[in-house]
Amino acid sequence: MHIIVCVKQVPDTKIIKINPKTNTLDRRSAPAILNPYDAHAVQEAVKIKQLTGGTVSVLSMGPPQAVSIIKKSIEIGADKGYLISDRAFAGADTLATSYALSKALERISEEQKIDMVICGKHAIDGDTGQVGPGIARRLDMPPVTNVIEVTEVKTEERKINLKRKQLGGYEEIEAQLPCLLTVEKEVNEIEYAPMPNMIKAARYEPVVWTVDDLGEVDRSQLGLKGSPTVVGKMFTPPRRAGGKKLEGTIDEQVKELTGLLREKQDLFRFNVNS
Amino acid sequence: MGESLGVWVFIEVNDKKIEGVSLELLGAGRQLADKLNVPLAGVLLGDGVKNLASDVIYYGADIVYVVDDPVLKLYRTEAYMKAVISLAEKYKSEIFLYGATPNGKDLASAVATDLSTGLTADTTMLDVDLDKRLLEASRPAFGGNIMATILCKKHRPQMATVRPKVMQALDPDHGRQGKIIEEELHLREEDMRTRVLRIVKEVTKTANLSEADVIVAGGKGMGDPQGFQLIHDLAETIGASVAGTRDAVEAGWLPHELQIGQTGETVTPKLYFAIGISGAIQHVVGMKNSELIIAINKDPNAPIFDVATYGIVGDAHEVIPKLIQQFKELSKEKGGELSYA
Repeated sequence: MHIIVCVKQVPDTKIIKINPKTNTLDRRSAPAILNPYDAHAVQEAVKIKQLTGGTVSVLSMGPPQAVSIIKKSIEIGADKGYLISDRAFAGADTLATSYALSKALERISEEQKIDMVICGKHAIDGDTGQVGPGIARRLDMPPVTNVIEVTEVKTEERKINLKRKQLGGYEEIEAQLPCLLTVEKEVNEIEYAPMPNMIKAARYEPVVWTVDDLGEVDRSQLGLKGSPTVVGKMFTPPRRAGGKKLEGTIDEQVKELTGLLREKQDLFRFNVNS
Repeated sequence: MGESLGVWVFIEVNDKKIEGVSLELLGAGRQLADKLNVPLAGVLLGDGVKNLASDVIYYGADIVYVVDDPVLKLYRTEAYMKAVISLAEKYKSEIFLYGATPNGKDLASAVATDLSTGLTADTTMLDVDLDKRLLEASRPAFGGNIMATILCKKHRPQMATVRPKVMQALDPDHGRQGKIIEEELHLREEDMRTRVLRIVKEVTKTANLSEADVIVAGGKGMGDPQGFQLIHDLAETIGASVAGTRDAVEAGWLPHELQIGQTGETVTPKLYFAIGISGAIQHVVGMKNSELIIAINKDPNAPIFDVATYGIVGDAHEVIPKLIQQFKELSKEKGGELSYA
């Protein structure tokens, strides 16, 4: 079983700051981390490998510094890492990103056939969730998005059983291998990295490829050129006709508020539990 | 590009019912179509869904494309994508909207790849640039502190997924007439590489959240798990549901299902308490359509006060206990209920 996990280096959006003057992202303000959903994707691949045997590889597209998230993936238990890094990839939207990654996946599959691709549900810097399903289309694999549980891997039958999050619940799905999954955080808990993994990660150097290493590539589909979407403008959202800030001491404000809420009694009904 | 015509909406059907977000998109799509002076079409797929086509028209469509096929009984990317692609190639559209639900996002991503076109995710504002006939799809960006307008200048259709509960559905007009176009695709089950074995409905906390009349939500300002307990205390006092921000979820104070915002749930309760919440767009898009919003925050400049109906500037740790006490006192006067509506 050869499982490949696509991982992305992202700024930690919890910490990132926006420059209020220019409305742009101050990238220096945020540490770069392994996208949290991708960490779960790597963990799930490692869990599956423990059952079926095989290899877990990770693939990332990004600047040379993205090596750090490949090392992080090795810590979690991945065996091998690939980084595609080239100016030609810069400025890619989701369509151009899925193209570049699928080209790298094709190249990897020449070395070792791929049985499963796992991606995080989305990256926390873009929040789109579009790259995973895009890769699935390009590699002609059935996609199963929003996976919350890998229930059973049937290696003999070349099938996998999954739970997929849905509106108002979940559905149980059987998919043929090879397939592509995108995983939610609920899919597993990230385990503490065993010491040998840490040591391996510290010394690990991933395979780094440029565009030229990917074989036949249509350069017009890469990076900014290959991206149908562009950011038109950035703006702070229209402000709602402001509210009323209450005045006085906290006690006075609390009294005024509960009084105001009583006036809206037609709206809702409280059942106060004492 | 000259032949690209019409605004399309993917009509998501679950349990023989049209999802609310699809009706909202018919409302939003109607406005776009009127501005561009083109027809609005619904794309209705499923098994035995033909009878829903008239509803699609009542809610604003001029045309409904229907593919009724047993293979489309339950959503699967491969089957639905084939149906949508074949319609898109035959009839053409210039704008194509999907609900930002698990299925809508999954389908739109696959379709955009095959049509080699642009797709904007989780849009919360839609407009058109009439001169250039461009869809302006705006969404919170970078964890949600600013909005970005995404354009797709050269490829058609221009596609976007749109967050549920941010657009407005029209009131159904039962006299409205439209055209229903049925297509047959003869999909074969044996070509499908996935099977849905079972659908499990979960009456989760999330479901309760979207139905709740009153929600008490807490954010980073609650400080620690003990501080966040105050959110639970207030909610329990007034019989409200508990929710929180992405920060509160990331800090581990709350399960992900209870996160409100761009990457969580969108709610429209009658009363929403936002406590210790600064009001990042990421959060605000998930709650701004609540009927009444109460903000409690010690920073008087916090953007949450811009969306709040009433605001108290103060430390939540001091305000909440007083609020609880006041609710309890009032309820004594009224025999256990604050409101006697």
